[in-house]
Amino acid sequence: MRIAVLSGKGGTGKTLVSVNLAAAAKTSTYIDCDVEEPNGHLFLKPEGVQEEEISVKIPKVNNDLCNGCRKCVDFCKFNALTYIKNKLIVFDDVCHSCGGCILVCPENALTEKERVIGKVQKGVSGEVEVWTGIMNTGEAMGIPIIKKLLVKKQTEANRQTFIDCPPGSACIVMESIKDADYCILVAEPTLFGVHNLNMVYELVKLFDKPFGVVLNKCLEEENPAEIFCLERNIKILGRIPFDHDLGTLNSNAEIAANKNEKYRELFSSLLDTVTKEVQHETITNS
Amino acid sequence: MKQLLILSGKGGTGKTTIASAFIKLSDAKAYADCDVDAPNLHLIMGWKAEPKKTDYYGLPIAEIDLDLCIECDQCRESCRFDAINAEPNYKVDPFACEGCGVCEYVCPVEAITLKPAVAGELMLYFDQEKAFSTAQLKMGSGTSGLLVTEVKKQLKSAADDSELAIIDGSPGIGCPVIASLSGVDMVLIVAEPSISGISDMERIINTAAKFGTKTAVCINKYDTNIENTEKIEQFCKRQDLPFIGRIPFDSNAVKAINNGQTIVDIDCKSGTAVKEIYRKAMNFLFEKGGS
Repeated sequence: MRIAVLSGKGGTGKTLVSVNLAAAAKTSTYIDCDVEEPNGHLFLKPEGVQEEEISVKIPKVNNDLCNGCRKCVDFCKFNALTYIKNKLIVFDDVCHSCGGCILVCPENALTEKERVIGKVQKGVSGEVEVWTGIMNTGEAMGIPIIKKLLVKKQTEANRQTFIDCPPGSACIVMESIKDADYCILVAEPTLFGVHNLNMVYELVKLFDKPFGVVLNKCLEEENPAEIFCLERNIKILGRIPFDHDLGTLNSNAEIAANKNEKYRELFSSLLDTVTKEVQHETITNS
Repeated sequence: MKQLLILSGKGGTGKTTIASAFIKLSDAKAYADCDVDAPNLHLIMGWKAEPKKTDYYGLPIAEIDLDLCIECDQCRESCRFDAINAEPNYKVDPFACEGCGVCEYVCPVEAITLKPAVAGELMLYFDQEKAFSTAQLKMGSGTSGLLVTEVKKQLKSAADDSELAIIDGSPGIGCPVIASLSGVDMVLIVAEPSISGISDMERIINTAAKFGTKTAVCINKYDTNIENTEKIEQFCKRQDLPFIGRIPFDSNAVKAINNGQTIVDIDCKSGTAVKEIYRKAMNFLFEKGGS
């Protein structure tokens, strides 16, 4: 069972929800797909961390063989190659690793080499298996790291898996939710929060994913995110109050569900609701 | 045109809240929202008129003509993005396709062509005085960096004579952020006093440093965790980064935003704090011989 947690807007509480659900589930897997700014490991503090470098393939030029025909330069849609002063130059960081230049080169002057763009870490926090993708700073594209993170986990379908997604609704989020069985949208009660909730709402509908909303930072006042859900008949999975103690625990990267009985109950009950929803979806769709 | 870009690494620290306050305080003639993935600045800038809208074409997407396709499978085998499915018919997944053109090249029967695809929409709000450039990327699209570049180009062509441009950035450190960094004169980082916020701040500072952009830091909601606020200030001291102020947590800020206002439109403590940060940021941006 793979549950993706996403939000559109940043800072609404994706990591709060993901790590606390993983902790409440006890035997579970947590995967941090926010490879640009991964934070789950700061909360879960995994031990026995093993690391694997993630690289992409980029072209390597043998200028002795290159005859300057520029077929590769013309072919590359990403402008990652240029031929200046009788020399072919590759711009490593704009290359999309499509392999096209190597295919079109008539002189076999191009081969492939590996370029490291980040890493994947695996560790254990209590009974939670923790996977973290970390993109190197200065890199543009973290998708190959996310692919690696999610492929590795495909075998363990029986474990509850929580996928902590990046903000937004672009390719990187799409990649993170692609194989999810269920999506949790985390929303905050602000004008910005609702506008961005609408985006991820459209995204999960587009990909036909079953989903529900967790309302975070709830105050006594009218909640525009809640109104949004009620108007569209969207399942509200739970409400997390705007609460000073929870805020402090969270800002100190503590897992609230492990520190305080009140929050343990809150996240256990949220987990129950989510589990029932996922089972319901599996039954109705099978 | 001096360009000030507001970034944060972590999402939700208050980039748009601060950018909108800066725009009001400076009466900026030119500003942009480079968070094309989740733009929000337009929600509070109070433009009544509809913007000028232009379709944004990202990279083209491959299309297979099934009448010509001989199911040789070469396209699927050559595609590095797993964008071609063979079942039930050969078909390109438009969300996975990056428009590289390899499939078109390997196809022996010319059944594949690259077709232009709309990947988002550019929007320009303008009147005699001001220009506001923004955009919305289409769901699941992969060319946010290119669209960010278009947003900035659009701003330049609409208001190149403006002395100052304020640019709201996106969270993260990847392609849209890197595209937004190009050519700016200064980055203001809005940090949040949490362990996550500190980690993310360090990563965005490293990213900005790789592009040699001068950087200052401020903290939003500083009083939600004083200990972490002090850690951030010490970090800035160690890194020799100008630290230009603290903004307190302020429930009036949320109220202002939810009413479609900036925090300097009402009398509130976060608004007062941001004025001082604005003054320091302008000094740093316009100072001569800066790093």
